[in-house]
Amino acid sequence: MKDLHLITLSVNGTEHELVVESRRTLADVLRHDLGYTGTHLGCEHGICGACTVLVDDAPVRACLVFGVQADGRSVRTVEGLADPDGELSDLQQAFSRCHGLQCGFCTPGFLMLAEAFLAECPEPTEDEVREVVAANLCRCTGYQGIVEAIKQTADQRAGARGGAAADRGARA
Amino acid sequence: MTAEPRADTDGRWVGARVPRREDRRLLTGHGRFVDDLAGPGVRHAAFVRSPVAAGRIAALDVSEVPAGVEVFDAARLAAGDLAAVLDRPEFVAMTMPVLARDRVCHVGDPVALVVADDPYAAEDAAEAVAVEYEPGDPVAGLDAALARHAPRVHPHAVVNTVLDVRPFDDPAFGTGADDDPFAGADHVVEVSVRSARVNAVPLEARAVRAEWNASDEQLVVHVSSQVPHQVRTAVARAAGLPEHRVRVVVPDVGGGFGLKCVVGREEVAVAVAALRSRRPVAWAEDRREQLTASFHGHEQVHDLRAAVTADGTLLALDADIRCDVGAYSVFPFTHGVEPLMAAHELPGVYRVPRYRVRARAVATHKAPTAPYRGVSRPQIVLAMERLMARIAATVGLDPVEVRRRNLIDRFPWSGVNAITYDAGSYRESLDRCEAVLRDEGWYARREEAARAGRHVGIGFACFNERTGYGTGAFAARGMDVVPGPDLAEARMDPSGTVLVTSGTLGHGQGHETTLAQVAADQLGLHPDRVRVRQGDTDLVPHGWGTFASRSAVVGGAAVQGAAAGLAAKVRRIAAHLLEAAPEDVELVDGRAVVRGTVVGMPVAEVARMALHQAHRLPPGTEPGLTVGATFDVEGSGTFSNATHGVVCELEAGTGAVRLLRYLVVEDCGVVINPQIVDGQVRGGVAQGVAAALYEAVHYDADGNPTSASLMDYLVPTAHEVPRVDVEHLETPCAFSRTGAKGMGEGGTIGAPAAVLDAVNDALRGTGVALDAVPVRPQDVAAALRREPTHREAVR
Repeated sequence: MKDLHLITLSVNGTEHELVVESRRTLADVLRHDLGYTGTHLGCEHGICGACTVLVDDAPVRACLVFGVQADGRSVRTVEGLADPDGELSDLQQAFSRCHGLQCGFCTPGFLMLAEAFLAECPEPTEDEVREVVAANLCRCTGYQGIVEAIKQTADQRAGARGGAAADRGARA
Repeated sequence: MTAEPRADTDGRWVGARVPRREDRRLLTGHGRFVDDLAGPGVRHAAFVRSPVAAGRIAALDVSEVPAGVEVFDAARLAAGDLAAVLDRPEFVAMTMPVLARDRVCHVGDPVALVVADDPYAAEDAAEAVAVEYEPGDPVAGLDAALARHAPRVHPHAVVNTVLDVRPFDDPAFGTGADDDPFAGADHVVEVSVRSARVNAVPLEARAVRAEWNASDEQLVVHVSSQVPHQVRTAVARAAGLPEHRVRVVVPDVGGGFGLKCVVGREEVAVAVAALRSRRPVAWAEDRREQLTASFHGHEQVHDLRAAVTADGTLLALDADIRCDVGAYSVFPFTHGVEPLMAAHELPGVYRVPRYRVRARAVATHKAPTAPYRGVSRPQIVLAMERLMARIAATVGLDPVEVRRRNLIDRFPWSGVNAITYDAGSYRESLDRCEAVLRDEGWYARREEAARAGRHVGIGFACFNERTGYGTGAFAARGMDVVPGPDLAEARMDPSGTVLVTSGTLGHGQGHETTLAQVAADQLGLHPDRVRVRQGDTDLVPHGWGTFASRSAVVGGAAVQGAAAGLAAKVRRIAAHLLEAAPEDVELVDGRAVVRGTVVGMPVAEVARMALHQAHRLPPGTEPGLTVGATFDVEGSGTFSNATHGVVCELEAGTGAVRLLRYLVVEDCGVVINPQIVDGQVRGGVAQGVAAALYEAVHYDADGNPTSASLMDYLVPTAHEVPRVDVEHLETPCAFSRTGAKGMGEGGTIGAPAAVLDAVNDALRGTGVALDAVPVRPQDVAAALRREPTHREAVR
């Protein structure tokens, strides 16, 4: 007997209503029931972080959460990072510029991890970035490009904020 | 990313830091990996695997399996064996059944395949299959397998030694006669070096989705692989289909590192199950299966004995190499790949005047081994660099100086191992690497640290990497399916854009970018107008995929040849249309122009006329704008080289090794894309550091894997992997057309030796030398607890 539940889920701003088995992971719900295949499964036991998504803006291993636990929550996945018109976010651009990806399989997890981290800690040191990046595994890059991409994004945003503040100051 | 840089290398794209074309889809979640393609209506497979390392299958009971689930055992699947043999007398076959028939040979050996409507139901069903085993006696290590009266992994083999080669011998060794170099040598230096069994751990584990396409009458197999055409051959053989009835498509691949350059049983089993059931079937390997039942590598012991002069010069080398290859031979490379590579390439960058080697492949009740990044080169470099350190300690010289005295310094160099080394920068890379670390003050800091009671060490590794093995090199091994040449096609469409196909298979290396750069230069086009396609056996005529750092050398040369051929045809047609001589027409910035004039026309216009108005072609010109080219490597091929320099500090309490500085001075000939080369080096170093300090596949004495999760198999994180700086020297390859040498594995090859050398340097004065990887913290801590017994002569 399957134990089925009706849940609602907002993914990247789109509302979904679906029936899931209680044992079905959020990762499988996103990937196979809703088609958000950008979220990848690398270990299914919570170590590699490839499946990291944001649930109510907090990074979560989607392989360790059941779909039913996300009922009524708001989920962000890698598909929601770029502008609707296709322009890559500053973070995505930095990953490419810094060669922060090779095979690209772990990349969505790192992007979502970084997205949440930079929201919480907008002006990190390189050591702080490295510590956060150590939450996930990458087998191709040696992490250097990933660390640089996140740090550069933070610095650019800080620069933009500084610039905006300076502009406001000048106007005042 | 929207604006690409102009070529910054004399107007050429080769050498430019072109951003990767692959990135956009991978950054937006639009990459397509095999498991992303499952789709509705697909059935899901799960494997029933052996829980015992050795034994006989006594009974298989499917009575508890729920309705609607199909179960395939070996008899019902009828997919036969994956046979990978070498045609040489020292080779003992270890044929790998697609599903175990009567015996199991390692924990994780697949015994049956179940197919259900979703992956959860498939796993439930696999658990409902009851298999009764009569356990046998396992051998789970080299020493156990080589012991007298050891249980045999395969009853047909007399012993567990399944390859035993002595390709180079020297009858004088050990005779004590005048010509025995060991008899008269100033010193005989010995070292025994071990490296642990490791796993490539691509973040995307293996995956396959297979479906019988009734319209095309083809079995279509999407698979995460480095070698699509070899998968096609294996599936066609197992399914009893001619090759044209099988189409293999490789979409994005989430890392391979060699693990996916062999054909897995599971890929074949799922494909055949889809054919038998006429239903689409998908399988995504879970991490436990990947860690215990895919492929491992690098488990080797090297016993070296060297005759040396008082000034540290090598006179002779005598080596005994044992490789634990696990239970089966892998298609197409066989279980001979590690011992043969090690025996032939051991001398590496050093002058070894006389050489004797014995290399063995030893079967054990463990998962089979496959080529893993570096294939024996990490081990031979580890062995040779430990030997250099031991020689230095014995003769009382600086180890860097001992290396210098023994490095090959004239090219081409014909070695005692019947290999001719093309030009490289062996000496220069070592000198540069040492000079940089010295200028940065690391030697002074090492001494300061010692005075303060801290343990800082500096280590090096010098090595070369044979890249782009040709047909001859593989044929010499006696392979049945002989890799080697590659084939590329360049075709232009009426809008003047070009599609290039290549038999290589990028899986993170950025081939869609680098091969486009190579073609763009030939055609005078922006790389944006060159699209690269790989990995579809209906689209790519044939190829050997990507392994052994072959893609830039072999694939790049084939692409350059095809693009040059297409460019020649475009010039010929343009010359006719422009009423000029073909030799006066050049392709620049998307235009065909008469050299030295303003007369010209867009390449797109030439293409449009050539394809839409074939009556305007020059007389006698064949219609069409498609040109193919092949390339193969002759002789010993080409060798890239590098020196790795490492500074480490040991933590006395915990025995932890912290890497303070990592520098690579490398030479891979002409660099096609510096950003991609640096990325390959850094990623390789990360895997080498992993092997040096963290990763090991463990089995207990009964053959039970005890590192079956990523909590136990320690893939390093950004916390452990250091920043790596890369400097380039450039000794172009004379024959690869682009001048490039391969470099995909070098980082992994050099890192274990360099790190271990640094650790031992930091242990100087303790009287302890560590000769095995991974370095265990308890060994470091124990060494540092010891009272200094004697100071090593040099350090």
